[in-house]
Amino acid sequence: MEYLLATAIGVMTAAGIYLLLRQRTFPVILGISMLTYAVNLFLFASGRVAINLPPVLLNQTPTYTDPLPQALVLTAIVISFGMTAVVVLMGLGAFLSARTDHIDLARTGDQAEESGK
Amino acid sequence: MSLILIAALPFLGALLPGLMIRAGRNACAWTTALVTLTALIGLLVHAPAVMRGEVIQYRLDWIPMLGLNANFFLDGLGLLFAGLILGIGLLIIIYARFYLSRNDPMGQFYTYLLLFQGAMVGIVLSDNVLLLLIFWELTSLSSFLLIGYWKHLPEGRQGARMALAVTGMGGLALIGGMLILGNIVGSYDLTVILENKDIIQASPLYLPALILILLGCFTKSAQFPFHFWLPHAMAAPTPVSAYLHSATMVKAGLFLMARLWPVLAGTPEWFYIVATTGLITMVLGAVIALFKDDLKALLAFSTVSHLGLITMLLGFGTPFAAVVAVFHIINHATFKAALFMSAGIVDHEAHTRDIKRLGGLRHLMPVTFTIATVAGLSMAGIPLFNGFLSKEMMLDAASNTVWQGNPWIIPALATLGALFSVAYSFRLIVHTFLGPKRDDYPAKPHDPGFGMWASPALLATLVILIGIMPALMVGPLVATASSAVIGGELPYYSLKIWHGVNTALFLSIAAVVGGLILLALHRPLDAAWIRAPRPEAKAIFDALLGAITRAANALTDGLHNGAMTRYAAVFTLAVIVAGTTAWFSGTAPAPAREVMAIGPVPLIGWFLLVVASGCMVAFHRNRLLALVLMGIVGLIVSVAFAYLSAPDLALTQFSVEVVSIILLLLALNFLPKTTPNESGSGRRLRDGIIAVLGGLAVGGLALAVLLSDFSQESISAFHLANSKPGGGGTNVVNVILVDFRGFDTFGEIIVLGIAALVIFAMTESVLNGPVGARLKQRPINPNEAGDRHPLMMVVATRVMMPIAVMVGVFIFLRGHNEPGGGFIAGLIVAIALVMQYMASGFEWAAARKRYPYHMIIALGIFAAAFTGIGSWFADRPFLTSNYGYFQIPPMGEFELATAMAFDVGVFLCVVGAVMLALESLSRFAHRAGDRPSPYPMDIDPSRDLPQEAKDA
Repeated sequence: MEYLLATAIGVMTAAGIYLLLRQRTFPVILGISMLTYAVNLFLFASGRVAINLPPVLLNQTPTYTDPLPQALVLTAIVISFGMTAVVVLMGLGAFLSARTDHIDLARTGDQAEESGK
Repeated sequence: MSLILIAALPFLGALLPGLMIRAGRNACAWTTALVTLTALIGLLVHAPAVMRGEVIQYRLDWIPMLGLNANFFLDGLGLLFAGLILGIGLLIIIYARFYLSRNDPMGQFYTYLLLFQGAMVGIVLSDNVLLLLIFWELTSLSSFLLIGYWKHLPEGRQGARMALAVTGMGGLALIGGMLILGNIVGSYDLTVILENKDIIQASPLYLPALILILLGCFTKSAQFPFHFWLPHAMAAPTPVSAYLHSATMVKAGLFLMARLWPVLAGTPEWFYIVATTGLITMVLGAVIALFKDDLKALLAFSTVSHLGLITMLLGFGTPFAAVVAVFHIINHATFKAALFMSAGIVDHEAHTRDIKRLGGLRHLMPVTFTIATVAGLSMAGIPLFNGFLSKEMMLDAASNTVWQGNPWIIPALATLGALFSVAYSFRLIVHTFLGPKRDDYPAKPHDPGFGMWASPALLATLVILIGIMPALMVGPLVATASSAVIGGELPYYSLKIWHGVNTALFLSIAAVVGGLILLALHRPLDAAWIRAPRPEAKAIFDALLGAITRAANALTDGLHNGAMTRYAAVFTLAVIVAGTTAWFSGTAPAPAREVMAIGPVPLIGWFLLVVASGCMVAFHRNRLLALVLMGIVGLIVSVAFAYLSAPDLALTQFSVEVVSIILLLLALNFLPKTTPNESGSGRRLRDGIIAVLGGLAVGGLALAVLLSDFSQESISAFHLANSKPGGGGTNVVNVILVDFRGFDTFGEIIVLGIAALVIFAMTESVLNGPVGARLKQRPINPNEAGDRHPLMMVVATRVMMPIAVMVGVFIFLRGHNEPGGGFIAGLIVAIALVMQYMASGFEWAAARKRYPYHMIIALGIFAAAFTGIGSWFADRPFLTSNYGYFQIPPMGEFELATAMAFDVGVFLCVVGAVMLALESLSRFAHRAGDRPSPYPMDIDPSRDLPQEAKDA
């Protein structure tokens, strides 16, 4: 089970990094989202994993899984949604204003002049 | 008055001029003067004790771990300088009141002046070198503001920049030198450093420390080759020149050399560096001064020359020379400040300070003439004026100094400097005031009002009084200050006019006679000077600065070229390398946990996730497909959470997934639907390698974590044990969120709210600009489905709305004891609302919105905050929760916890934030002419019926 989880985290990280290095906003956003999954799962895994031991205090089970990483990851999921939304809107606004979703700045004559001053 | 208060008063007082200027220029000036006067009186109260040889101390530990203490001490040297700074400062404040014109912002001027004054007083009273450095930098900054006070003049701005660059650079060197010095001694307290001469001079770091400290002093005191900034700083208003560039700031370097004289002086290194620099500066400054036509430029170079003279005296390293240096500091401050103020008066009244356009002012401005003559004769070193006394003593000291075995080179050059000094001093008097009256002055010159000449007149009186009765006037002050510099027994010296016939007298006579001959020959010499090629310091400085700026720009442009993908690649690699290094340099615990067996279900999920991720990478150019694949990954992740005993996470991940996909779909509506294939195979290979490395690193780390035991005992046991008795809930995750770690959650919902507001603000700015106009006018895409609001979906979502909200409420209420809670409930309700937007259209849904989402976010945060504050009323810390059980028939017993009110805040904030984000995005879809439909549905057979009937 641990091997499955670790490889899944690794695969998602790799996919996230590859997409993060693309040159357009949309794949980069997808890449960040993939990295978010991987990071959240990683944080969750830091509490080690257990099956059928939810941290809800019921009398029949004497042991529970670690609740603390879960609480941390729960807010992380919600916050990462907020951040994704901000990034999406930045990408959208940039595309609509500049009419390109290319993320690398092209050096224009103006900028060269500006920096030469 | 406590020493810290004396240093702090000008800083505190700096707040006043800006306020008092509203009450008028007089009120502003007198308030400023009062601040300085108070500080001066506070200082003079200590004077009798200091004169008796006591040292006044004030100690305050600031950051003792760094050796940084707010320690102040006042000895003779400090008293002399602080007295000069505050005393002349007071005269300058009065003078500036009448000098500044109505158009100059006076409040600003006095604020800068007081800031500067505070920094200077701080330097001379500091008993901690780190504190001294802070004040040192503050003088550079405040003098920058003062030199550039006339912001509209390019010379002012350039001069200010040059002064800041040169003195700031010196300040950096000084920091290095002082830190070395502090390290050698093991303390940053000046009083301790001053007692360790032997340790310092024996240290191998003595020379580097000396050079760095001297760089700081030489730049500040305008010593060759850093002298060039001072004449350019003359673009400042004259009160600034008189204050900073004659009496105080340029003497900060001298002060520091005098302060550290007991521990640094006396070595050959000190002598050859300091005395030689001073000598060159003295001669060079005097020569250039003779050929300057601008009154202030002449005075500036003369100041450079006199600073060189004092530096040279300190460099001699003999106690007698140090006494002379102290005496000349006093004399120079009096006559030079008076001269600067006189030059300012001439400029103010005649509207020019070009000597070649002046002359014959003797009868027009008799008062100014008298003051300038007294001060000028003192500068020339004529008997009965104070400049004569210190010059004689200087020549005496110089005539006894041997340079590299050569006994005559220093006396000869010193006499040459004095000779030029006589020449330019007489030129100032003769060419400005004597001679025939002219009729082509730019303005009609006359003496100014009393207020303007009072300050220089007072100084001129001092010049004469000290000149006639030196021992009576300043004898004790010179003695205390000198013994503070020397740090031991005073040498034999006598402050009197007639020392008998000696070498110094002959040298002095030679200087005066030679100077007068030079003046007589000024016209041909001047012509020769103008023809002669000579290096222009400003051009060299500008070229140097330009070259440095270009190099810095080239470096920045090379590193920071706007290619975000490159930054991302570098960043990722750096993280991988850092993590790998940490892994291999540390020790990881051996695998200790048993590996769990793998069932078929997780295997299928793992397979789906890996395939979906792989396909996402392979087909990411088809954006819609990539989004669907990402949805699959997200679902598997939520299932994984559910499987691995995290029901809360599963619910959250699932609902966030829905909202995220809707968000990205909305954005994709306006973005290109495909990503072009731009990367070459080499680049894709590079990115692939980075990605695989990153994946391996993170996956490997995850595995290592999963297989090892906790290195320290987890604090989770506490949470599990106290969740029910302390927080009143059995869902430990929820109790952690709303109770144990409630303050974290409070912060996080605020972040979420801010993120939503950022999205709203960005939407506003994009849509209100040209982009918004373009979007409104865009044509309807013929490929769009004609039926914008499908009937089935409209009906289904409206039926589902109350059910979904009910589910949300249910999830919320059970959250404290079973999986659920504010976050999840908020997301579920938000999805229910978003469905209405999707099915029935933005206009329809927005028209039915009762409360703006901003308000819902605010309400949520307030609810959470007031719950937290509520515990204050029970004398508990912020966010302490309480709970109880209540009987409400017929519902039976149920539990109410204050944490629930907090969870309501979380709920509201999540709903508001998610809705505000999605609503903002969907506003992009709004076209011109879109109106909310008056009908509940687009297609309504009953509405169309009469039309059909009519047709039939």
